[in-house]
Amino acid sequence: MRVSTRALIAAGVLVALVLAGVVSFYASSAPDGLERVAHDHGFADSADRHAASDGPLADYRTRGVEDDRLSGGLAGVAGALIVLVLAGGLVLLVRRRPSSGSGTGVGSAPSSGSGTSAGSRTGRTS
Amino acid sequence: MHVPDGFLDAPTSVATGVVAAAALGLALRGARRELDERTAPMAGLAATFVFAAQMLNFPVGAGTSGHLLGGALVAVLVGPSTAILCMSVVFVVQALLFADGGITALGTNIDLMGVVTVLVGWGVFRALQTVLPKRPGSVAPAAGIAAFVSVPAAALCFVGLYAIGGVVDIPLPSLTAAMVGVHVLIGIGEGLITALAVGSIVAVRPDLVYGARRVLAARPLEVRTGAGASR
Repeated sequence: MRVSTRALIAAGVLVALVLAGVVSFYASSAPDGLERVAHDHGFADSADRHAASDGPLADYRTRGVEDDRLSGGLAGVAGALIVLVLAGGLVLLVRRRPSSGSGTGVGSAPSSGSGTSAGSRTGRTS
Repeated sequence: MHVPDGFLDAPTSVATGVVAAAALGLALRGARRELDERTAPMAGLAATFVFAAQMLNFPVGAGTSGHLLGGALVAVLVGPSTAILCMSVVFVVQALLFADGGITALGTNIDLMGVVTVLVGWGVFRALQTVLPKRPGSVAPAAGIAAFVSVPAAALCFVGLYAIGGVVDIPLPSLTAAMVGVHVLIGIGEGLITALAVGSIVAVRPDLVYGARRVLAARPLEVRTGAGASR
């Protein structure tokens, strides 16, 4: 049986959401390799406080949600969905741009959403 | 391996930012050749999976953990240029929303975990493909080995950056030994997760795996007739 692309992507995203939303609660909270080495070699303290550490999702916790499991799970699901939308959107923009090779500017990508070549995406399915 | 603000001095952080911007510019150009109706949907999934997997720290030895970096995995799934874009999206979201990885260190983190792991992982994967049997069963083990190598390679690059712009004077041999040592262990986990993930997709839809295209193309259609078909 051939699994459709749509089904495989949906299953994969579901796996990712379960990993970020549920399994992440059971992840090790020990310092990671770099943190451990920085601590052992005496440069861990040179880390600055993160400028975004007061954000609503900082440190993979949802601000205002006290329950650890729920707070981390919501943050994980939110992050996974945000990454899905941003990466998916970026790919769409890159594919929409004409492949003439003109223009390499990173900043020019968001302004190219004219939709003039939107049909090329569906027209190329094999 | 998310580098926080303050580990590297300002000139080094600016330089890594410039390198990251250049890598992204090249990746945007290269991704246009890689992205088609198969890799485009896989790219969103790959980035999402990397974000999720990076939340899953696994223990490596006493009081230390590590998580998937994912560069080699994504490169094998969607191609190296698209992989650099996917990985960068993950690090931007982590730095800005999750306070994971410094903001001035964003270029450093994109370079180490998004560019080095992708390029080393893809390079090792392609080298292995030339020596391993040209069949779908070789793709997942090759991806796993490539992923394993990519983690200490990124750790070594961090040591290089720290030698140039680290704010504390650390004896390099001991820093190198410690960084490579712990990241070899993390690399084992990276290799296993990568082989498992690539193998799962190769098992059902090998055509959706960018790195499997070469072996699929090398395998001609067989016309089985006579005794061969009665088996």
